[in-house]
Amino acid sequence: MAERILSGSEVVLQALVDQGVEVVFGYPGGAVLPLYDEIFKQNRIRHILVRHEQAAVHAAEGYARSTGKVGVVLVTSGPGATNAVTGLTDALMDSIPVVCLTGQVPTHLIGNDAFQEADTTGITRPCTKHNYLVKDSAKLARTMHEAFHVASSGRPGPVVIDLPKDILVAKAPYLEPSQVQHRTYNPVVKGDRRQIEEALELLASAKKPILYCGGGVINSGSQACKVLTEFTRLTGVPITLTLMGLGAYPASDKQYLGMLGMHGTYEANMAMHDCDVMIAVGARFDDRVTGNLDFFSPGSQKVQIDIDQSSINKNVPVDIGIVGDVGHVLEDMMKIWKAKQHKIEAKALDSWWDEIEGWRGKHCLSYKQPKDIIKPQHVIRRLHALTRDRKTYITTDVGQHQMWAAQHFGFEHPHEWMTSGGLGTMGYGMPAALGVQVAHPDATVVCFTGDASIMMNIQECATLTQYRLPVKTVILNNRYMGMVRQWQQLLHGSRYSESYSESLPDFVKLSEAFGFTGMTCNNAADLDDALTKMLEIDGPVILDVAVDDKENCYPMIPSGKPHNEMLLGAETTGDEAIDSDEGMVLV
Amino acid sequence: MKETEISKHTISVLVDNEAGVLARVIGLFSGRGYNIESLTVAEVDASSHQSRITVVTSGTPMVIEQIKAQLSRLVPVHKVSDLTLAGPCVERELALVKVIASGEKRVESLRIADIFKARAVDATNSSFVFEIIGSPEKIDAFIKLMEPLGLSETSRTGVAAISRGTLTM
Repeated sequence: MAERILSGSEVVLQALVDQGVEVVFGYPGGAVLPLYDEIFKQNRIRHILVRHEQAAVHAAEGYARSTGKVGVVLVTSGPGATNAVTGLTDALMDSIPVVCLTGQVPTHLIGNDAFQEADTTGITRPCTKHNYLVKDSAKLARTMHEAFHVASSGRPGPVVIDLPKDILVAKAPYLEPSQVQHRTYNPVVKGDRRQIEEALELLASAKKPILYCGGGVINSGSQACKVLTEFTRLTGVPITLTLMGLGAYPASDKQYLGMLGMHGTYEANMAMHDCDVMIAVGARFDDRVTGNLDFFSPGSQKVQIDIDQSSINKNVPVDIGIVGDVGHVLEDMMKIWKAKQHKIEAKALDSWWDEIEGWRGKHCLSYKQPKDIIKPQHVIRRLHALTRDRKTYITTDVGQHQMWAAQHFGFEHPHEWMTSGGLGTMGYGMPAALGVQVAHPDATVVCFTGDASIMMNIQECATLTQYRLPVKTVILNNRYMGMVRQWQQLLHGSRYSESYSESLPDFVKLSEAFGFTGMTCNNAADLDDALTKMLEIDGPVILDVAVDDKENCYPMIPSGKPHNEMLLGAETTGDEAIDSDEGMVLV
Repeated sequence: MKETEISKHTISVLVDNEAGVLARVIGLFSGRGYNIESLTVAEVDASSHQSRITVVTSGTPMVIEQIKAQLSRLVPVHKVSDLTLAGPCVERELALVKVIASGEKRVESLRIADIFKARAVDATNSSFVFEIIGSPEKIDAFIKLMEPLGLSETSRTGVAAISRGTLTM
């Protein structure tokens, strides 16, 4: 086949088209003008103009997480690239497939401290799965295709391609994706059969088994979530999900114990602590999940299934570590479990469930909703109730509201929950929501945020207006950086150092200034009406809800404590100060 | 081996010889707080543009396993081999050792160099530069003996290693 010779910019655009890209989130600048010129001349790829490069990456993350496709970002050199760094780190921590194209000064100027020059590959090396600097036009097409392969296969992650301006202008040969094969990078997807058999024998012999599943199941796809659900029901084992895994198993199911970890449910954490066999599926034993490692699930034998070898035995040593795509491994597990007619002893499983029901009886997520002051949990619960019959996607920012959303919004399906889990990036919610809405124009997209978080990417209101993206932003406004205040209360003698949100804007006027509807709600009696009205408005809305400013997020495992030393809500143990110097040094 | 026991491992990494690959490896060690005792790198196959990196590191068994898994998932990495676990291996290092001395000390430094099979590759009336090749322990011993004899400067290459017998990476 004769090689097609195109301009560098044409090669980039053609590669995006051939990779199935429909949308790019970006912001122009000097170094990427040739690419923007090419975008102007075509209509196969839609460009969404954000108002800050960090938001471009979060939008691409929202797009990727809600569709399972690769999110694509286009930013300029220097500040464009450095602004994207937070988003890239976020995508790395949460294993989200993103390809980020950054402009670069012409190759002959690299290293000269040229205008808007930054060492982008140097800066982004530790915050990407891989990055490239294209210095040879002949390698441009190959690099583009390789980047998509690396971003989306194995454990997904962000990939940066740094594109010097002269490379975008020079002629370059184009290769189809099928003509490109990677030499070294080919992740294992099938798990080892003998190990899977051993794991199943262990599970079949368990008296107190538990499934602990994370974002890896969601990344593996809807089919993997379906198989996980079938396997869980087939075996009758209790299941808990991480923050990243919410939606991988239907929250309304009776075998579901809720989220685990620092703000997880009492029953999930107690069951993790007391279990005798733990099967970890696509979960990485994060410190928010395990609490104090010395006391983490001391009596259990552990199996871990993960596509990333380096996730296995990283924090917690396991007895059987299976490297493979969880979807493939779960399917093999189903087949073998059925073929070998495995069954967990019914009597043991029943008494395990009795024990769990006892923990459930604590109703650890309960709260009392007074007549007037709005409890933040109540807002989440009411919105969940009012959106049950709609296709709804939820994004959040970071802090108390994020944990309340995770605890109280029951996620039934994968890919409907977008939150910054690993990095904990305030300012994630609104740009992620706009990315989700671009991917699903007819769905309801709600961003739960706080009065502090929303200020961190508030400029994206303009993007919502420009593209008529009807994102519904609900601010749980307690006039504090709530989670900071909670820790200061519990660990730092209630000295609320710099955590009060002084000089908040009038969010109604702010919304109107950006050209859409702003609403407030101050009384519990009006909440349902406000939420209903918000959902009915055909356009973006910010709903500013004044919530109880003293409410803390419970249950809570204080830093440095084991799972079985949870603090329950104010109803039981109270907002007592935590007496722990050890906890104070931890995060 | 006890889980908390720290041991030294020599790890060989076969990588694509491309821009930034060494920075990726070093960044991984510094970013995750792993220890590098020695590191050598050079292209070993010009036709396929592959380089071999030899890292000597230390840690608990869990940390060593992590280091290998983290190295393996770098995109330009072809192979990672723990030579310490794979079986017996040959480890060699080259050092250039400058000794500035006169009189009896100068003569003594030559005698010791002879015992260690070190070669004098440069000489003036008041100095020698010795070239010594051997295991890191042998070089350590040589340098220690040279200290009282006018040792003034040392340059070491770091360890290159390869497994014994028919075993390959």
